[in-house]
Amino acid sequence: MSETRTAAGPIVRVRGLRAAYGDVTILRDIDFEVARGEVFVILGGSGCGKSTLLRHLIGLVDPAEGAIEIDGEDLVAARGALRERLRRRFGVLFQGGALFSNMTLAENVGLPLEEFSDLPPEAIRRIAQRKLALVGLTGYEDHRPNEISGGMRKRAGVARALALDPPLLFLDEPSAGLDPISAADLDRLLLDLRESLGTTLVVVTHELASIYAIADRCIMLDKARRTIVATGRPADLRDASDDPFVREFFRREATAAPEVS
Amino acid sequence: MYPGARGSGAPRPSVRPPRENATMEGSPAAPTARLELVGDGAARVVRLAGPLTLETVGDFWRDADELDDEGVPQRIDVAHVPGVDSAGAAFLLELRDRFGGAAIEGAGEQVRKMLAILDRPCPEPPEAPPQQVLFGMVDTLGTFAIETIRHARETVEYVGALSAGLGWVLRRPGRLRWGDTLSYMSRVGADALGIVALINGLMGLILAFQMASQMKQYGADIYVADVVGLSLARELAPLMTAVILAGRSGSAFAAEIGTMKVNEEVSALDAMGLDRTRFLVLPKVLALLAMMPLLVVFADAFGIIGGLVVGTGFLDLPVGVYLNQTFTRLDLWDVGQGLIRAECYAVVIAAVGCLRGLQTKDGAQGVGASATSAVVSSILLVVVSNALLAVIFYLLDV
Ligand SMILES: Nc1ncnc2c1ncn2[C@@H]1O[C@H](COP(=O)(O)OP(=O)(O)OP(=O)(O)O)[C@@H](O)[C@H]1O
Ligand SMILES: [Mg+2]
Repeated sequence: MSETRTAAGPIVRVRGLRAAYGDVTILRDIDFEVARGEVFVILGGSGCGKSTLLRHLIGLVDPAEGAIEIDGEDLVAARGALRERLRRRFGVLFQGGALFSNMTLAENVGLPLEEFSDLPPEAIRRIAQRKLALVGLTGYEDHRPNEISGGMRKRAGVARALALDPPLLFLDEPSAGLDPISAADLDRLLLDLRESLGTTLVVVTHELASIYAIADRCIMLDKARRTIVATGRPADLRDASDDPFVREFFRREATAAPEVS
Repeated sequence: MYPGARGSGAPRPSVRPPRENATMEGSPAAPTARLELVGDGAARVVRLAGPLTLETVGDFWRDADELDDEGVPQRIDVAHVPGVDSAGAAFLLELRDRFGGAAIEGAGEQVRKMLAILDRPCPEPPEAPPQQVLFGMVDTLGTFAIETIRHARETVEYVGALSAGLGWVLRRPGRLRWGDTLSYMSRVGADALGIVALINGLMGLILAFQMASQMKQYGADIYVADVVGLSLARELAPLMTAVILAGRSGSAFAAEIGTMKVNEEVSALDAMGLDRTRFLVLPKVLALLAMMPLLVVFADAFGIIGGLVVGTGFLDLPVGVYLNQTFTRLDLWDVGQGLIRAECYAVVIAAVGCLRGLQTKDGAQGVGASATSAVVSSILLVVVSNALLAVIFYLLDV
């Protein structure tokens, strides 16, 4: 609900970020901002550090250098309760789904509701069912993660990320492994949520169709240069970028996959 | 449903962390009930007031559960609901379904949009059929029997595959995965040395101390050395070492293979036509077979040192006398017999650990259960094989 957004300014701000595992720098000089209600897409070849960047944004890994602000608050400096509170403002879909294997799908989705609300159990179950219905998993409420397909696990992960209607969603390749129809449904859902709840979306994706359909703005990371090589609207990058890598990324695939928007 | 998750009567903490993002400012709470029934008969209306969000929906939901059932309301009035999140929208839809499709009226723009997003077919899951007690029991018994038979078959197959594998290693030692085997040897052997030495040293100490207080009364102090040396070398050192390795390595094998099973890595091996026994089981079994005797020799030594500490410190025996007594009494066969036992235990621990790993059912809990079961079963089998060996050694009269 847009009237709840009191603070102005970007919801995510990254300044001079250097991401490293031990001595190995994966990304450096990362600067960007994500505006409220924006759909912000992170692009790049496999292994260039997209998931790594996401892990930094959600505070799982501390940056080697630089600052990350969520909602104007310093995520890196935040410790203990403050960090917990910041984290509760966002939902996360991990690349592998990361569902809890000992719980059914409904329990997975219901867990945040159970922990962070005072809803009665049967209300939690009904809401979890509705969230699963949103991602097309009606009828699978009582399945466990190992009893469903990979794409279904992905979608269940999205449903869990949506459980608390967080104002900020981080999604790591939500439509990877989905058929074009399910992927388009998911894109539609994300846009609907953005429209009615003002949700900000930070999405990692390779699907060009999805990029054109949802992205307001994107950044592109490059493995060789280990930093952001382009920022802008996807169509502009495709047509007007003077970086051959960027053009290639969009063009090569664009000829294979028909454009959606 | 996981344990303790939402047991019906479990009190849940009423403190909720603040969710500042969704608080609705400027919407004064209605002084009266937020959810009320007005009118009667065909004109019954449920009137809601105030924001319907995750924070407030719990109360609405409870209010709704307490509504009387005189006449089903035809309409749900949400004109005074400024906004909903998805929990709120789910509640409205639930209410609508509960009243047999009552119309939701007066919805603002945002509420309408959220309702449109969430309004997808969401059937109630079929009720589980009531279990008949007798049938349930028969069912349980039958399942148990089938499981037992299946388990027994698996175990026999596994023992067969393992024996075949060991024979295969003897014929073509070059094909064994030596890198894996060596790394397991360092993990199960070298890394366990500290704990094996400590526990067996303490065993020797305790044993000597218990004997000493008795023997002293008869002036038979010197025989403490015999008892400690013999019982450690023949029985206690192999047994204690086996218990330690069951806890350290057997469980680790089960957890490692179990995790691979859960991640479909074992399926990948099968699909590539690679033999699971050769890849997963043999390196572990051979590593334990190789390291166990070394560990037991160390265990013997540290046990004797433990006894020596009591012998010299408590019984005032000279070091030379104590050791001399130990080694005249202890012949090579005593140690050898202990090592034979130890090798049997090694096979049992490694084989059971790997078997439990391969039997892992899906999920993180399955891995935990396998590790537990590996330790419990292998300690049990170690004790059973100890008894069998005692009988065998007795019959052979050695
Ligand atoms: N835990 C880790 N420890 C060390 N290096 C890591 C770790 N995780 C990732 N890396 C390295 O960081 C780099 C980026 O990995 P990352 O998972 O972020 O890639 P990605 O852009 O998400 O790729 P993909 O599109 O395939 O998911 C890779 O080179 C990888 O080897
Ligand atoms: Mg990734």
